[in-house]
Amino acid sequence: MSSMATVAPKTRGGLLDPRQWLESAPAAFRKLDPRVMWRKPVMFVVEIGAVFTTVLAFAEPSVFAWLITVWLWLTVLFANAAEAIAEGRGKAQAESLRKAKTDTIAHRLIAPGSDRTPEAETVEVPAPELVRGDLVLVTAGQVIPGDGDVVAGIASVDESAITGESAPVIRESGGDRCAVMGGTGVLSDWIVVRITAEPGKSFLDRMIALVEGSERRKTPGEIALDILLSAMTVVFLLAVVTMQPVAIFSKDFMAASPDTAVLDGDGVTGIVLVSLLVCLIPTTIGALLSAIGIAGMDRLVQRGVLAMSGRAVEAAGDVDTLLLDKTGTITYGNRRASAFLPVPGVAGRRLTDAAQLSSLADETPEGRSIVVYAKEAHGLRERRTGELAHADWIEFTAATRMSGVDLGAAHTGDGAVRRIRKGAAASVAAWVAARGGDPNPRVDDLVEEVSASGGTPLVVAEHRDGEPAEVLGVVHLKDVVKEGMAERFARLRSMGIRTVMVTGDNPRTAAAIAAEAGVDDHLAEARPEDKMALIKSEQDAGRMVAMTGDGTNDAPALAAADVGVAMNTGTSAAKEAGNMVDLDSDPTKLIEIVAIGKQLLMTRGALTTFSIANDIAKYFAIIPAVFAAVYPGLDALNIMRLASPESAIVSAVVFNALVIVALVPLALKGVAYKPGSATSLLRRNLLIYGLGGLVTPFIGIKAIDLLVALIPGVAS
Amino acid sequence: MSETTAGLTFIAAMIAALAATYRPLGDHLYRVAAREHHRAVERGVYRLVGVDADTEQNWAGYARSVLAFSAVSIVALYGLLRLQHLLPLDKGMPGLEPGLAWNTAVSFTTNTNWQAYSGESALGQIAQTAGLAVQNFVSAAVGIAVAMVLVRGFARKATDRLGNFWVDLTRITLWVLLPICLVAAIALLAGGAVQNLTDTVQATGPAGDTQAITGGAVASQEAIKNLGTNGGGYYNANAAHPFENPTSWTNFLLVYLILAIPFSLPRAFGRMVGDKRQGLAIAAVMGVIASVSLALVVGLESLGNGTVPQAVAAAMEGREVRFGVPDSALFASATTLTSTGSVNSFHDSYTSFGGGVLILNMMLGEVAPGGVGAGLYGMLVLAVVTVFVAGLMVGRTPEYLGKKIGAREVKLASLYFLVTPALLLVGVAASIAVPSNLESMQEAGPHGLSEMLYAFASASNNNGSAFAGFGADTPWFNTALGLCMALGRFVPIVLVLALGGALARQRRVPASAGTLPTHRPLFVGMVVGVTLILVALTFLPVLALGPIAEGLQ
Repeated sequence: MSSMATVAPKTRGGLLDPRQWLESAPAAFRKLDPRVMWRKPVMFVVEIGAVFTTVLAFAEPSVFAWLITVWLWLTVLFANAAEAIAEGRGKAQAESLRKAKTDTIAHRLIAPGSDRTPEAETVEVPAPELVRGDLVLVTAGQVIPGDGDVVAGIASVDESAITGESAPVIRESGGDRCAVMGGTGVLSDWIVVRITAEPGKSFLDRMIALVEGSERRKTPGEIALDILLSAMTVVFLLAVVTMQPVAIFSKDFMAASPDTAVLDGDGVTGIVLVSLLVCLIPTTIGALLSAIGIAGMDRLVQRGVLAMSGRAVEAAGDVDTLLLDKTGTITYGNRRASAFLPVPGVAGRRLTDAAQLSSLADETPEGRSIVVYAKEAHGLRERRTGELAHADWIEFTAATRMSGVDLGAAHTGDGAVRRIRKGAAASVAAWVAARGGDPNPRVDDLVEEVSASGGTPLVVAEHRDGEPAEVLGVVHLKDVVKEGMAERFARLRSMGIRTVMVTGDNPRTAAAIAAEAGVDDHLAEARPEDKMALIKSEQDAGRMVAMTGDGTNDAPALAAADVGVAMNTGTSAAKEAGNMVDLDSDPTKLIEIVAIGKQLLMTRGALTTFSIANDIAKYFAIIPAVFAAVYPGLDALNIMRLASPESAIVSAVVFNALVIVALVPLALKGVAYKPGSATSLLRRNLLIYGLGGLVTPFIGIKAIDLLVALIPGVAS
Repeated sequence: MSETTAGLTFIAAMIAALAATYRPLGDHLYRVAAREHHRAVERGVYRLVGVDADTEQNWAGYARSVLAFSAVSIVALYGLLRLQHLLPLDKGMPGLEPGLAWNTAVSFTTNTNWQAYSGESALGQIAQTAGLAVQNFVSAAVGIAVAMVLVRGFARKATDRLGNFWVDLTRITLWVLLPICLVAAIALLAGGAVQNLTDTVQATGPAGDTQAITGGAVASQEAIKNLGTNGGGYYNANAAHPFENPTSWTNFLLVYLILAIPFSLPRAFGRMVGDKRQGLAIAAVMGVIASVSLALVVGLESLGNGTVPQAVAAAMEGREVRFGVPDSALFASATTLTSTGSVNSFHDSYTSFGGGVLILNMMLGEVAPGGVGAGLYGMLVLAVVTVFVAGLMVGRTPEYLGKKIGAREVKLASLYFLVTPALLLVGVAASIAVPSNLESMQEAGPHGLSEMLYAFASASNNNGSAFAGFGADTPWFNTALGLCMALGRFVPIVLVLALGGALARQRRVPASAGTLPTHRPLFVGMVVGVTLILVALTFLPVLALGPIAEGLQ
């Protein structure tokens, strides 16, 4: 959550902040344009109804007619405002992103083939004129003019303009850290960048377009729901329109019944027909559907994830299988010392001391972890290399696979040079043998034991001048599983999501870590093509797969996965292939992404259910109001005892409009989401939104009616 | 034993009988539809008809076969009815008028059996037996076959092959309808129903005088008319006629025949999709709606405080003394909850609310349990809609039985549940707007409206029963109701077949803890709720002005 803090100004604040509504008013009016409205079929019908009642209200003005007309327009405006508010939050983010998009001057290399150093000859060109393939030199203090890959040099880059992360990152040529983004700045050193994006199509441009919602298209889920809502609208349109001849027939039959403002010899008045229609069609969900979708994308952005399409967010909710890279996602990524195992006959204290000494010069994370462990678990004060005089520090190298220290005669007191080494079992064994020591068979047992448990053994040995070298014991390095992972996976399991750990480790290590982390399955010694095969086999079984990746060799799998989250630190190939980018480059984010997807779908379902359940009360408000004048017996259906036919209809219409306003915060925030089984989620949501949708309007309409009945001209 | 006790015993025995049938008949239906090899008799039929029984069809091919078969059936039946005077055993009846012949041909081919004629005074033996009874068999078989295609859509994966219409039609007729009818007809004969080829039967009426009553193949037609949820009686009085339905236990048998296949089909569905609990859940939805409806009708009729019963000081008007109020109410519920439309009492004489419930039964789309096949596919479409509405609430794209309910599936399901309300409402509205049509109403005001509502609900949902006072034999109503019958049958069939095709194309998503469970009571309750809110409430405005206004007067 650290990211985006600088990008996203606090748009939250009170969700019902009247200022937000006020600010969205101009957009709400602009959206009345029928060319925009027809994309929301339910609200389009309401708008047509509002136009119709406006004409009627002008033709035959009355308090009742104008009340209905005004509230019908408000219904449409509320819906538009809801959408505008949702979009507004994205717009604010886009604004601050645009600031990063200042016009920069690029230093293009004149002779791309030859010299790729700071001394290369360059020519100044405006950034928008760069084309794909151009090589540009960026030095400290300059802004990178466009997206590209580093082809020479190394530099620390400030990416806070885009990611919000203030700590600079290192970008260098080759490998998986070569991608740079336009709009970010080089803090130190220099790099030569090959531009990979056409002008106007950079990552920054795409981001701005995405958060602004200007590229928003209806997602498959929205299209399907729109079809159902349209069908329901048609059914209710039929029910209302066909009611008219039947009403005329009934009025003729009961010719003695008085003409009222709702029903006369010509049948039900146009105002009432439109009111009934608007109350029955699913306006609540129709009004909020697009806001829910925009807000879902926005929630992802708040967490530093950019979804390239709404489709991807929906797909996230459907994910059945999560492929998680072990390193960095499930484990901390670095092996850490977790035990010192002395060989029999060696005091634990001596091993601890030797292990610490031999690791002081080891700057690898593993080495640091030994020092930390010695302090935390055995209370051995951390010493610094400078403290010890006459010490030769031997740093770890890939060639020797050992680190250690040679303590001079002055230091040891007895005049003997003391050499301590720590390293891979084979290397240390060779070192010991070369110095007259016996490779202790008990050490092999310890080494074997550590390996079997999925850990990495490091052997510690000592050699004093004049004595044979001696093995002291083994340091158990362990891939430490992040805290709380097992519980998270258990929760995912209860949601029906399978987790598969992917690792390059050997099967034994992989199995041990998989068991400790509590994943459902694991893939050991995984090569990119194995990952690909796993995705294909899951998909062939009908499952949807999500994964994260950063390297270029992840690109095909990212593209194949239903939800592919590319790390922002990754290569541009990976970012192109995935359908989401995590600006924080945090692989555990995948779990949150799934939750956001589910929340989006749940919000949609909850409001649909609520909207439909509302209809019962509205029928009971309007049907007796319209027809009790003809058949007085029908007043028995007026179970809310609404004051008058006019007040009943006005109350139903007002409730229908206000419920949109009341539900905007829910649409933007999403329904409360607790991971759980489908059964528990369904029961809970059905209780709140199904039963709530049934009961709320009875109370709401009655309450509004008590007020409306006070308006002269409505209460009769 | 009081009439109420007898009625309750009758109902309890019916529930027990249906429960006992659920498994064996459902399993039998499953085996018939899923059997791999062809039997010798079947091969003979295929050779005779000239179809390649080993090639399965896609949904469009299947639909073409259904429509072609039905079109040929309509034309053939039309010809038979027009030319019946040229055939033997015509009892001297003239050929039917073109309008009536067309109406009757459509009516029997669509499993509606709306009867604008009077059986004993209009039709000869051949027309009844070789014409109407044959359609009673095959129209029922068509319904079951279409339901099987939809079920195969759920059961199969990644294919466009959905079965062979001719194979389904042949097997269902040969191994389901014919054997049960044979047994049922013999039982009805034993109970006193008539089966002969003589022109008239001499019988002694209640007053002691002799009557000459038309004879014919009554028992056999009675069996299939109810088993196939057809409903077209041999006699005008339908199952209230002693020759069709002689006694209390034959009455029981008839109701049982009506409900047996529709209530057992969910079991076959469960077997085919490989999860019997899914079938049980669908049967439970049907059972819940049917029970509520039945309780309402029995209760309202027993209390009997409508206009008509009050006028005659009893709710017995329009009912057979042999059956009494509760048995009649059960029959009426069964016949309107399915697409049968056979009657043993006159629904026009029911209390306002009781009659209203019968209308509502049909308006629900006849899904509880519905016509043979049609009830199952109607209910499955409602389940699809329910899954779509409520399924999102578990945070996944809705799935039913492992099939995703996407845009195409929703489009087809939505269109399906648009068709019959549209036909019904537009039919009523258009009819009532034409003043001359009001003369068909026996009574003015709300009851007259109820009569018209009943007629269009019955035709659009292929029921075939009517509020008897309604004069439907006018050019307007023959045409309008005929259109409703044809469109109300074949448009939904095509949509269901297309839905089956869309589902079969998909892979099957394996169920997990995150999948919406569709076999639990919660889901059963949701389907009932969606049916009531989305379908029943649509009709509240017209019902308010018809039966509800009448009842609350």
